[in-house]
Amino acid sequence: MPVVRAVTCPVCGSLCDDIELTIENNRIVKVKNGCAMCEAKFLGYCCEHRVLKPMIRKNGELVKTTLKEAIRRAAEILAEANYPVLYGWSNTSCEAISVGLELAEEVGGVIDNTSVVCHGPSILSIQDVGIPSCTLGQIRHRADLIVYWGSNPWSAHPRHIERYTAFSEGRFEKSAWRSYVTKVKALIGRKKIQSAVKRLILKKPPTLSSQIELKPISSIAREGRKLIVIDVRRTKSAEMADYFVQVEPGKDYELLQAFRALIRDHELEVDRVAGVPVEYLEEVADAMVSCNFGALFFGLGLTMSGAKLRNIDAALSLVRDLNMRTKFIIMPMRGHFNVTGANTVFTWQTGYPYAVDFSLGYPRYNPGETSVVDVLLRGESDAALVVASDPVSNFPRKAAEHLVKNPLVVIDPHMNVTAQMADVLIPSAFVGIEAEGTAYRMDHVPIPLKKVVNPPRGILPDEEILRRILAEIRKIKRKKAEAA
Amino acid sequence: MSEKPKLKVTLITGRTIEQGVGKEHGKSSKEYVESVSICFMDPEDMKKLGVKDGANIQVSTAFGSVVVKAKKSLRAPHPGVIFIPYGPWANVIVDPETHGIGMPSFKGIPATVEPATDKSVLGLEELLKTQFRKG
Repeated sequence: MPVVRAVTCPVCGSLCDDIELTIENNRIVKVKNGCAMCEAKFLGYCCEHRVLKPMIRKNGELVKTTLKEAIRRAAEILAEANYPVLYGWSNTSCEAISVGLELAEEVGGVIDNTSVVCHGPSILSIQDVGIPSCTLGQIRHRADLIVYWGSNPWSAHPRHIERYTAFSEGRFEKSAWRSYVTKVKALIGRKKIQSAVKRLILKKPPTLSSQIELKPISSIAREGRKLIVIDVRRTKSAEMADYFVQVEPGKDYELLQAFRALIRDHELEVDRVAGVPVEYLEEVADAMVSCNFGALFFGLGLTMSGAKLRNIDAALSLVRDLNMRTKFIIMPMRGHFNVTGANTVFTWQTGYPYAVDFSLGYPRYNPGETSVVDVLLRGESDAALVVASDPVSNFPRKAAEHLVKNPLVVIDPHMNVTAQMADVLIPSAFVGIEAEGTAYRMDHVPIPLKKVVNPPRGILPDEEILRRILAEIRKIKRKKAEAA
Repeated sequence: MSEKPKLKVTLITGRTIEQGVGKEHGKSSKEYVESVSICFMDPEDMKKLGVKDGANIQVSTAFGSVVVKAKKSLRAPHPGVIFIPYGPWANVIVDPETHGIGMPSFKGIPATVEPATDKSVLGLEELLKTQFRKG
């Protein structure tokens, strides 16, 4: 059976490119090196939820139709709309996104990608403050301190720690995996002793406070890479950390500013900040200052709660301050495999990374006004094209309500929740499995996606479907102009 | 009849590995639906409410109300904080307000939780029908 090596995984922003796939009769039968999400995608992509025929809504029901008819109807909807929304783009190739932008300009709509509901606030802050960054390779080889703030890579980017940060084997920094295993064994031993003491001697809960558990075991934490996790819950990632700071929900801003004060050697005149004892924060700040090369990764815990973009302002400023004492970089943990590519291609072609409005004939960018959730909440759009995304599953109900009220064209390989609401549904090939393309990793490194199997009969890649819709729209417009 | 106990909490929505795997199987798949129609609670909070693991609870915010299954959090202690994975059930109750920057508030929303043994968790199709009257 043929084995395809060095396949890029089209799931999360880590874009692991060491996947090995075994192919049998045009089907993937075995996945090596991948995480749970990677395996689920490569083995489960061609399941009963796959859409195999284009569909159109007639009398309230989705019925099968021809591709030509579906493209004609999609083009009609978009050409007739005054202010259509074109949304999604983060789960497809840069090449398809490029055609999408041309389409948005042609129909004078507002085009937005999924960063509006993930790292949109990060982009706004980066535009304000700037960002010291580097590639993940640099971090793998050189970083001796890793911070995850408001991010749970164990769930969202399962191989991030193993491939790029604390547990990766770098040229100059060794993996902290062994010390983690020792720590787990030590903790298990300690728990056993505690429970024995409880059962045999005291017959009541031991007096060891939970605060002791917050502290790393000093013999282990002395050398090697260190991992700090800051989150509202003790996540699986937090369990791997040398330091875990449990911040109260919505109080990240206070905590970030407290760290800024501490690394500038200011004394805090309170006992606790955001629910964490200042003594412990001092210890964590000390670890940050005394590293040689630190990397702070932040997730949606910062962008979705409390001060949103101001949290990111504070995080970027904290890293700027840390760079006065040592070397530190900061990077957002991007979710979808090509959301970074969406921002990049949007910026090449329009000058702006997301929330771009073409209604005046030229690109305008004003998140809050031209961002898709706001357009929907104000009820301004009159049609929508959704490509490789599922906003009905991911937008607040009120925004999704307006999206499904108007004519909705969906291009997606799966019958997802938005596809169930579609008026025109065009199935597409999976980019990175059935179609090739380019995607950008979270550190802005472009990585090619491979085509490893053929798509089902008659199923085209997003790029080709969008080109056909664009050509059809131009034909409709030409006819209208001639008639006038 | 005594009034049902209610608990004021902070709602966090987010990614779980089960939701990540479920979405790759397909949004109508059993794996996905079971991974997102749940609510992780601190075991102490569950005791206060008198709900057991797997019991139905009603979570309400200023924006809506939804019935989901209570699950004992393995990430405890986080008293006063509940966690619902991203998905159609969470969307019913998250805060759509973007504060002028495009991003709704998906985390840190004031909410109340109460036992809902007399109510059932809606399936995906029923939920969509009641929310959007389409599909």
